This record gives sequence, C-alpha cells and structure tokens, in this order.
Amino acid sequence: MTGGVPTEARRRLERAPLWGDALLVAVVAALLFAGVTLAMRSPLDVSAERIELAPAALFPYALRSLGRMSAAYVLSLGFTLIYGLLAARSALAERVLMPLLDVLQSVPILSFLPVVLLALVAVFPERIGAELAAIVLLFTSQAWNMTFAWFQALKTEPTELHEATRTFRFGGWLRFRTLELPHAAIALVWNSMMSWAGGWFFLMAAESFTVGERDFRLPGLGSYLHAAAERGDVRAVALGVLALVLVVVLLDQLVWRPLLAWADRFKLTMVASDAAPTSWFLSTLRASRLAARIFALGRAALDRVGDAIARGPAPSEGARSRGRHGARTIALGAAGALGAVALAVGVIGATRLLLELSGDAWLEVGVGLLATSLRVFATLALACLLAVPLGVAIGTHRRLAAVLQPIVQIVASVPATALFPILLATMLTWPLGLELAAILLMLMGTIWYILFNVIGGAAAIPEDLRYTSTMIGLRGLARFRTLTLPAIFPFLVTGAITASGGAWNASIVAEYLQFDGETRSSVGLGAVIARAAAEGNYPLLLAGTLAMIAAVTSINRLLWRPLYRLAERRYRME
Amino acid sequence: MTAPETLLELRHVTQEYGPRERPFVALEDISLSLRDGELLALLGPSGCGKSTLLRIATGLQRPTRGEVWYRGARTLGVNPKASIVFQTFALFPWLTVQRNVEVALEALRLPAKERTRRALAALDRVGLDGFESAYPRELSGGMRQKAGFARALAVEPEMLCLDESFSALDVLSSETLRNELLELWSARATSTRAILMVTHNIEEAVLMADRIVVMQKRPGRLIASLDVALPRPRARRDPSFSALVDRVYALLAGQTQPEHVELGAAPGEPGRLRALPTVSLAALLGLLEHLAAQAKGDEDLFRLAADLRLDSDHLLDLTDAGELLGFLHVQEGDVRLEALGARFAHADILERKTLFRSRVERLPIARWLLGLLEASETRSVERHVAEAAIQLDFSPTEAERQLDTLIRWGRYAELFEYDAPTRTLRLEPAAPASRAP
Repeated sequence: MTGGVPTEARRRLERAPLWGDALLVAVVAALLFAGVTLAMRSPLDVSAERIELAPAALFPYALRSLGRMSAAYVLSLGFTLIYGLLAARSALAERVLMPLLDVLQSVPILSFLPVVLLALVAVFPERIGAELAAIVLLFTSQAWNMTFAWFQALKTEPTELHEATRTFRFGGWLRFRTLELPHAAIALVWNSMMSWAGGWFFLMAAESFTVGERDFRLPGLGSYLHAAAERGDVRAVALGVLALVLVVVLLDQLVWRPLLAWADRFKLTMVASDAAPTSWFLSTLRASRLAARIFALGRAALDRVGDAIARGPAPSEGARSRGRHGARTIALGAAGALGAVALAVGVIGATRLLLELSGDAWLEVGVGLLATSLRVFATLALACLLAVPLGVAIGTHRRLAAVLQPIVQIVASVPATALFPILLATMLTWPLGLELAAILLMLMGTIWYILFNVIGGAAAIPEDLRYTSTMIGLRGLARFRTLTLPAIFPFLVTGAITASGGAWNASIVAEYLQFDGETRSSVGLGAVIARAAAEGNYPLLLAGTLAMIAAVTSINRLLWRPLYRLAERRYRME
Repeated sequence: MTAPETLLELRHVTQEYGPRERPFVALEDISLSLRDGELLALLGPSGCGKSTLLRIATGLQRPTRGEVWYRGARTLGVNPKASIVFQTFALFPWLTVQRNVEVALEALRLPAKERTRRALAALDRVGLDGFESAYPRELSGGMRQKAGFARALAVEPEMLCLDESFSALDVLSSETLRNELLELWSARATSTRAILMVTHNIEEAVLMADRIVVMQKRPGRLIASLDVALPRPRARRDPSFSALVDRVYALLAGQTQPEHVELGAAPGEPGRLRALPTVSLAALLGLLEHLAAQAKGDEDLFRLAADLRLDSDHLLDLTDAGELLGFLHVQEGDVRLEALGARFAHADILERKTLFRSRVERLPIARWLLGLLEASETRSVERHVAEAAIQLDFSPTEAERQLDTLIRWGRYAELFEYDAPTRTLRLEPAAPASRAP
C-alpha cells in the first residue's frame, strides 16, 4: 500500500514559501470563524434519537451506515477529480490549492463538526441537516489523500502520451477517459481503500455527537457501537463489531479486490507482470454475459454524458479572445478583492473570539499540545518498533507473506475505534490505564501506514544485495544496519509521515472517551478539542484547532520534510 | 510544371527558457520550409533542440518568438493536418492495438463503424493484421512502433512527423521499419504529402531524406541544408552514399581548433564556456585504444562508427571529448590520434591518471572550480553554488549534467572529491596547493 502524500506532490509543496502557510492558516481560521458564527445561530434544542441495541436493528443500521459512507465517498471522488484537475491544469491554481489541501488534511475532523453541522442544520430541516453533516464529516476523513494521489497522477502523466492526446486532438472527455483516469486508476483504487478505512475509523464520531446542548444521533452502526459502549453493554459491542467486520470484509471481497484486479491493466509498464492481483468475484463477473451487457450499457451512457459535459476543444488549445480575457481579469480581480475582504473580516472575528479565552484556557491548550506531542511520538516509536520487524519479515519471506498478508489486510481494515470499547472495559482498571488506552487507540489507527510501507520497502530490496550480504556473512544487527534499514528508510519515512498526521487526528477520539455512562479524558490537545466541540465552547475549539494545525504543519516542515529529503537523496534504490 | 507548394513554413523561430533578462537560448532564429512531396530530415546532435523544433512545427509548443505557417496561413494551435510518430511509441498500454488506433479516430468524431474500418485498414497497411486484439506490452518494440505508424496514418495526415521514431528500436527492426515506411511513401499509398523527420543518426538521414537540414547545438541553429539526389532504393555500399555520409560527418564533427579556442572561456569570463560532452571515460579510452591499434593514421569517422557499431551521435560526443582533452585531432570527417592520445592509450593505470589530471587541469571550467575551492576557508563548496554560477551559460538541466561530468572527471583525476549526501565538493587532500598558471 502506498501511503501519504506522494513524492511529486510533496516536492511541489516544498517550494511553497513560509508566508504561504501563514496565509493559509489565516484562511482556515476565517472559515472556522464563519462556521462558529453560524453555529451560534442554529436552533437550540435537539433531542437524541433512541438507538436500538437489539441484534435485529443491526442490519438496517449497517445499510444506513453503508449508505452514508458511499455518499461521502461519491462526494470525495467528485471533489478529488475536480480539485485535482483545477490544480493540475493551472500553475496559479496549483500554488494556492495544493498548500491549502496540505493544511486542510491537518485539520482534525471534529473541528469541522460545528462548522458543518450547525451550518447545515440552519439551512435544512434538522434530520436532513444532521444526515448531511455526518456525510460531510465522513468526507473530511476520506477526501484529502485521494486528491493528492489524483493530482500526483495528473502531474506525472508520461509526456509523449500527453502529447499524443494533443496531436490527435482528443476532446476533454476522451482524454479523461483514455489517459487521465486510466493512468491514475491504480493509485485511486488504493487510496479509495485507505479512505474507506479512514471513514470507518471515524464512523462513530460522525454518527453520534453532541454540540453544546444539542445531542445528535443518526441510526447506524457507528451510533449503535457508541450507544452500546455508553451503556456498557459488552454483548452489543461485540455484535456491533462483528457486523462492522462483516461489512468491511464483504466490501473488500466484492468491491476492492475486484477493482484492484481490474485496475492491474492500467499499469504503465510495458512488461507483463506475473504476480498480478486476482479476485474470484471479478472472474465470476467476467464469465457472466449479463454483467458484460450491463457494463457496456453503463459505459455508453457515461460516454454520452461525459461528452456532453466536456464538449468542445481542450481548454489549453486555441487563442482566447481578448475581450473574454479582459472580462476574466476583471472577474478574477473582483473575486480576489471580495475574498480579501472576507478574509480580513474572518481573521478579525477569529482574533476577537480568541481574545475571549482566559489565560487558563490558553495554558490548557499549551499543556495539551505538549502532552499530545509526547503521545504522538511515543505512538510512532512503538509503531516502528512493532511494524519494522514484522514488515521486514513479511516483505522478505515469500511464504510468510502468503500466509500473513491477507490476515494483516483484514485486521488493518477493522476500525480500531470499534474494537476499542471492549479493550477499554479491561484497561480502565489498570494503573495508567487511560493513558495506555489512548496510546493503544492511536497505535491501532496508525501502525498500518508504517507496516504496509515497510513491507513494500523490504520486498523491493534487490535480490543480489541480499545474496551478497549473506555471502559476506552479515547477520543480525550488522545486517539490519548495512542492508535492511537503509533499504526501507525512504518507505519508513513515507509511512511515518502519514502515521504522524493520522495519530494527531486520532488523538481526538483517543483522549476523550465515553464509556458506561462516564466521560474519561486525559490531558491532551485532542481532549481539549473534543470537549470544546461537545460543550459548544467555540473560542476554545478554535484555539485548539489552530494549535493542532500549527503543530502538524510545523512538524511536517521541521522534521518530516528534511528526513524525507535525506531519504530521497541518500537511500534511494536505483 | 510549377514549383511544388510549400506546406509548412517556420519564420524566425526562437525558443528561450529561463529568466527574461538572461535567457537560455535553445533555438535561435530558425527559418525552414517543407515542400509538398518532400521528405525532410532534421539532423543534429542530441540537445540541439530538434525535437523542440518538431513540437513547434506541429503546434504542440508555442515558440518564444517567430511564426509557424501552414499552406499560407498562420497556425496557432495544434496543426490538424499533422500527426506524429513518437520515439517511445506513446501507445496507451491499457488499450489493444486496434483501440489505440480507433481512439485517434474517435477524436475526429467518426461513427464507430467507420472508426473500425479505418483502423483495420491502417493496421493492415503496416502489416499488423492478426495483432488487433494484442496489448502493446505483448508486442516487440518494432511491432509497437508499427502500431504507432498505423495510428499516425489512420487519421490521414498531410504532414507526417517522425520524432526519432526508429531510435528506440534494435538495429534490424529499425532497418525493416524504415524500408517499409519508404515503400509506403514511394508508392504514394497514403494521404501523406510530406514527411518531417527528426533524427540524430546520420546514415538514417542520408538513407531516407530528400533533403537534410543540419543543426548545431548551443544555441540550436541551422548550419547547412543538403539536397540528397541519390536514387532510391539507396545502398550503403554505394560510394556516393559514403561520400555524402562523410560530408555530413565533417559538418557535424567540425574541425579541431587551436587549443585556446578549443578550451573556451571559464565561467564568468567573457567568451563562450565550453560544454563538457557527456561520455564515459571507459568508452573514450576504448576509442583511443582502438585508434592506437590501427595501422594508419587517419580514420574516416563514418567507417569508425560502422566498425565500432557506434551511433553517430555517441561517436561525435567521444571525439568531442578527445579533442577537448588534446588526445584527438578531427578534420574533414577524419580523426587522428595525437601523440598525447597515443601515450594515454598505452600507459598503465597510474600513468593514465597523472596524464588525465594534467589535461583536466587545463580546462577552464576545472581551473575555475579549483580556484573556488582553494579560495574557500574550508576548501569546500556546496554544489548548488557551483551549479548556479554555470547556469548563466547552460539550461538548469544541462548545468546539472555539466557538473555531474565535471565531478566524474575530477574524481578520476583525483583533483577534488564530492560528498553526495551533503552535496559538497571538496579539494582532494593530496591535491597540490598551487599549480602552474
């Protein structure tokens, strides 16, 4: 599995100047302020819907959760395609959109909550607004990595293929269908899988939330698990987890495996591969004539729609008339001025909101920041300690891989947040149990990024280097230091970058737990944000969110990017 | 009979990159025309901008200055009458051979039946019938390029452009493909009215073209236009064929100049900074040893290329390096081993290093870098500093390549060392502190 921001996109980000970051943080602060302002105006009293814990409720709940996830995914895919195309087609747009995406992905999901939820509830009837809010929240846990992958694919299109589409004057839709989408297909499928995993992780948070006095419950697997944990019903928790695992495994078998096997044809290599992914379901579909008929019909319909949307010559060709160009400049200028005014209002408002905070609150944010940093780094260290030996073993032993890889993949796809209440029941009785529990949850949410990257890196160690190391008698630690570690280092860093971002985001659910009618929270930024969201303390929420964005982006700049550069320059296998 | 109509016309085309105040000139004031019925070859060393010129001619790229005209009208976007056969085939790996051709016709908004008919006809014409359902990765390089030709011909272009279309193929496949294309062309079996081909292979140009336009690099410009009046099919053994190849070699290889001209200026000094050719030192040594083993003094470049099975481009890079180091003398398409070159060829490993070192020390760019290193207190310089200084004379990618070559030569000569992780150049501890000026 490839994780994190891909290489080329990352390299582009490195060129972004520091003041750009400051501007983007200002934009996000202004957006948050706008949301908070809306939030204060939304209806006051919302009673929670009763969630049934009977096993019979699981099936309709599972369907509803699946529906929400699918809707969020469709939204993510649409956002990905449009945002990526905009950023890739114009250098100016790229310079704004890509760093913005980098900041957006470091915004913790719960910080979107009041912005999204209350704005939507203010506009739509309550039930619909809450449904939409859940979908948008899931969207924020799915969209970003897909957008990075799609952008990266667009930017790395082989030059000659791109020139061929221009020479033969492909229209927008034809180019999209024959070059852009196929070229990105594999990366999109992998990242879609990661996005779904991310969505399941935050399902509980997205289906049941409290904002101030307002308690929202949307019937679904997430709220079922949440309610079961709240009431301390271990049997219901187990049933809910089982149902969730079943859904995840079914999706894997019926959607993702077939898609992966199908997407293998879009490999760019001109050499036939022998270890192509396979899927029993895809083979069945391929043998079915009805399926073929349906696919053909769908494709034709899609072609007609796509052609209609993208009719006319490709946007880069042909000279634009001067008049239109002038009008565009004016429109752009006006939009820019309007944006600047809105930004200024937002920043001033956000600052005023922040000024309302007491010194104690700021202290809490600062201490929380420190505590969560320690927790994140402890989690990462632990994750490396566990994932490196396991990943190297799986990556270098083919027989072991054959047995372990499928198991690891299934385990990885089970959202840690769902299993968590069960573990929590026992751990809370231990000394330091809450602390350990928080780290464990963050670990379960992030170790996979490191593990899958290490497996990939270890599998890519050239055979001749491995033989040579054996011949000269390199063993144990010496072998690890001279061969294995340098070889997997770039992969380890890539995994750790994604894991680090994930751990920060997971701290919100890990540090603030509701179990058996009680709320337990540890000292940490995640707890600050979760509590601020739950209590409707908007100034604190804003401060906590900004602190987290600042922490994630500066750790990225000061630690991960230099490490990544070192990895690229020094430890690249060529 | 009236003179044939001019199809394509380039007027004073200039392509620059980099900052406007101090641009790097890739193509300088190029005017060129392609007549109806003509097969024109653009020939030049790699890096002379001939592929860029082809992209400008087809409208894929817009030049910094200058105009492109087609059939008496100025063109701005991609020329709908042109199609290109690419060096690396540019086939969609996820489409079958037939779909790869059909998709180009789909862009013309032809109905499905017509697309299939024309695709099959085009595949038939290049001899790919039976391979319609194959994916590109299942085909050999030659077959893939046939699919590339089929696609380019299927859209019935007036002007067919070949961008080094044979250079990614093995010797025999490229020979076959060239002959088949010439057959199609001579029979006038296609809609194609003119062919514009880009190549760095001298023999290929003489074998195929009606006219050869020779280009030079840094800056890229036209230095000669030769009509090829040889009857077809052309035979390599034909003395008039060899004579023409020899002549083109003489044009491209130039002539060894007096040392101060040959060495050029140092970075920052007035005058032209000489580019170091990107060659492997082992290959250069091989060439010198081969020449040393020959009985006669002068050797024809084109014969040498045939004997050593070297690409003309590669051989010219090698002789360029030999001239620069004072090992070879080139004149009128002939090359001669200098006394120094003979000594180098016969020397043992250590002696070679000493000799090479004394030669590299004479290169202005090496002297400049050594001066920079000695002036530094730590006797080291970061790579990007040196690279930035020579970017006034080279494009960024070329500057990087130049420094790579310089580092390789400096390492072999044990003049300075380079630490890749920190990207720092350092003076060899043993390097003499002062050298003869």
